[in-house]
Amino acid sequence: MNRLLPFIGFMLLVGLFGFGIWWNTQHDPNAIPTPLLNKPAPEFNLPKLYEPAQKVSKADLLGKPYLLNVFASWCIECGVEHPVLSAAAPTLGVQLVGYNYKDPPADAKNWLAKHGNPYALLIADEPGNTAIDFGVYGAPESFLIDAKGVIRYKHIGPITPEVMAKELKPAIAAMLKEAQ
Amino acid sequence: MRRLLRVFLVASLLLGGFACAQAIEPMPFKDHAQELRFQHLTHQLRCPMCQNETLADSNAPIARDLRNQIFRMMQEGRSDDEIRQYLVARYSEFVLYDPPLTVGTSLLWFGPLLILLGGAGVVLVMIRQRSRAARTMDETPTDSGDDW
Repeated sequence: MNRLLPFIGFMLLVGLFGFGIWWNTQHDPNAIPTPLLNKPAPEFNLPKLYEPAQKVSKADLLGKPYLLNVFASWCIECGVEHPVLSAAAPTLGVQLVGYNYKDPPADAKNWLAKHGNPYALLIADEPGNTAIDFGVYGAPESFLIDAKGVIRYKHIGPITPEVMAKELKPAIAAMLKEAQ
Repeated sequence: MRRLLRVFLVASLLLGGFACAQAIEPMPFKDHAQELRFQHLTHQLRCPMCQNETLADSNAPIARDLRNQIFRMMQEGRSDDEIRQYLVARYSEFVLYDPPLTVGTSLLWFGPLLILLGGAGVVLVMIRQRSRAARTMDETPTDSGDDW
């Protein structure tokens, strides 16, 4: 028994490290949990990207669920998720709202002209102050907000085809089913 | 030539200094005490973006925004606790370098103590086993002569 003790200790360590590796591949270690999940989205009143004189508030968007996609022209991973979002937008089942984050409007417009514009509505937060209320700390981030203005799902980082199929679409389906 | 080099060196040092000074934009603090309070608070908060840096040290855009927000809130007369709660409500307890004692963090707080107690238990068991072994050795007379 005493002879086996070091081996048992070794196997315990192997198990512990194995769990650590598994755990870190299961989720994004850089994603921090949002305390806003299943809570009302914060109030906002932001200008439209293409018509800055017009403002869009949270109240304006109530009544219809939407996916708020935080993006910026300087964000490399946004270019990764953009084709995925663009392809899925027509069949998403919810409105796609673009949230241009800490971006000079001219850069954002150039970027959209180059990559295409799948957004039904585009709002701009150049100073990035409203984004703090959403707990945004980078781009891309996406929030699924229901007709009552409650945040139902949040994804930090690019929406890959896998995230789209395994997380976002089921979350939208569950939300729409509940609304019926 | 050597003089030119010296001028170049001094100039680059000066320019480097300016570049550093610009990375951390000066804030119009009311007084020195407020500046110290700001420094103290931002050193206790974790940047959500580059997770192993404090808000004070980080150069990430979000850290700059949050520093500005903390500064604004200080000017409004909010307390350190209010500012901390404001950040926790948006970025979760992740931003606190000193996590509060809750059910979720109890393992974090008492885990090391548990490991220490476990280790002490193992040591105790081993000492007992050895002393028992030594006692049985004492009881059986040994005549080998070489007790080193």
